[in-house]
Amino acid sequence: MYGNAYIDPNEKANAMIAGEDPIKLAEFEARIARGEKIEPKDWMPKEYRKQLIRMIEQHGHSEIIGALPEGTWITRAPGFKRKMALMAKVQDEVGHAQLLYSAAETLGKSREDMTNDLITGKSKYSNVFNYPAFTWADACIIAWLIDAGAIINQVANAKGSYGPYCRALDRICTEESFHLKYGHDNVVTLATGTPIQRQMVQEALTRWWPPIMHFFGPSDKISQHSEILMRWKVKMASNDDMRQQFLNMYVPKIWDLGLVLPDPKLKLNEETKKWEYTEPDWDEFKRVINGGGPCNAERLAVRRMAEERGRWVRKALYNATEKYVTPLA
Amino acid sequence: MIKSLDPRVTRENIEENNLIAPLTPMDNWETYEVFHQKKRGDQHMHVGIVHAPNPEMALLFGKEQYGRRSITANIWVVKTANVFASEYDDADMFETTPEKQYREAGGYKVMDKINKYKKANKA
Repeated sequence: MYGNAYIDPNEKANAMIAGEDPIKLAEFEARIARGEKIEPKDWMPKEYRKQLIRMIEQHGHSEIIGALPEGTWITRAPGFKRKMALMAKVQDEVGHAQLLYSAAETLGKSREDMTNDLITGKSKYSNVFNYPAFTWADACIIAWLIDAGAIINQVANAKGSYGPYCRALDRICTEESFHLKYGHDNVVTLATGTPIQRQMVQEALTRWWPPIMHFFGPSDKISQHSEILMRWKVKMASNDDMRQQFLNMYVPKIWDLGLVLPDPKLKLNEETKKWEYTEPDWDEFKRVINGGGPCNAERLAVRRMAEERGRWVRKALYNATEKYVTPLA
Repeated sequence: MIKSLDPRVTRENIEENNLIAPLTPMDNWETYEVFHQKKRGDQHMHVGIVHAPNPEMALLFGKEQYGRRSITANIWVVKTANVFASEYDDADMFETTPEKQYREAGGYKVMDKINKYKKANKA
């Protein structure tokens, strides 16, 4: 170790950077501060690699599992055009997972290991997909509002520091904008349709509002841990800030359609310019994320089935002279 | 058995605890780098990777992954293992290239001399 920048590993805030070469760490942080991207073969702190793998991998899993509740409605989509659009959307989501897994792979975790961690329940995915899409209107609310939430998160992360993740997110955001428009179009069609259609979309919105409020996660604890992740541009915005941004953009659009949100406390405080709302039920959030939701078991069982039934095809195509090399970018 | 809202899932008769053997290395094959040409006359641009067991399948997956909307004229796939790349750590070998003004059109400025000459030789 050089110089006097000794890092005391016993100090809690320093545990993240304990054992790192202080000169390399300083160069790494300076590169990020200059707005430059980190590329796969660059030196990076162990914790940076670990946090990014966890984040990108979970993002990839969310795309895969998110395709399941929506895919439910492909065969029953009302009309040929909507069926084509929903198939395209679901294919996009699976494609996004491929892009994200590729980005995580550049950090040294194989796609096989990521899949194993998903199907054994070791890795998490977005909690919202543990809820069912009861009706066509649920699929429309997902396409509009869950994708809207995802865009806010992804646009923020696209400005992060890890090159491969940013490049994947740029592609993803372009496609998500189609999902958002498609979802909005469907919700507007139902909300401006017959009384039965209106009731259907209202009920779906009421069902989905609590998961939507959970979507960005609980308030971040202000910690030195999260400060370092912000400085490394791994975390780009606080959960509460993203939730506020979402409410700001979408509550007015929901109210424009005369739909009711199931939270009597929800309003914009004109002085603070912040939205006030009933605190989401975070115990429920924890219960569902730990396997207690209505669809957790089904989602993973379906994913395992797909993996198992496809195995012989993948094996048959395998050529033993192949050698795995970590992707370059 | 999984009872799903999705009749296709229910019909599969899936056990809830259908534990399976873990995926082993190379289950998802090796990777190919994909290059996409938007229209004839454009350069092929690197767009990402696909996992594939052979070049033909890599082209197929490349088409689905990177050419499923908008326009595409052509796609290349190259095994990642066959790409030989410079190291970012060696980036200093390019450090002085921006200084090589004598290689740039902008490095040659003659108007001052011409104007001076014209002024001096005005009758």
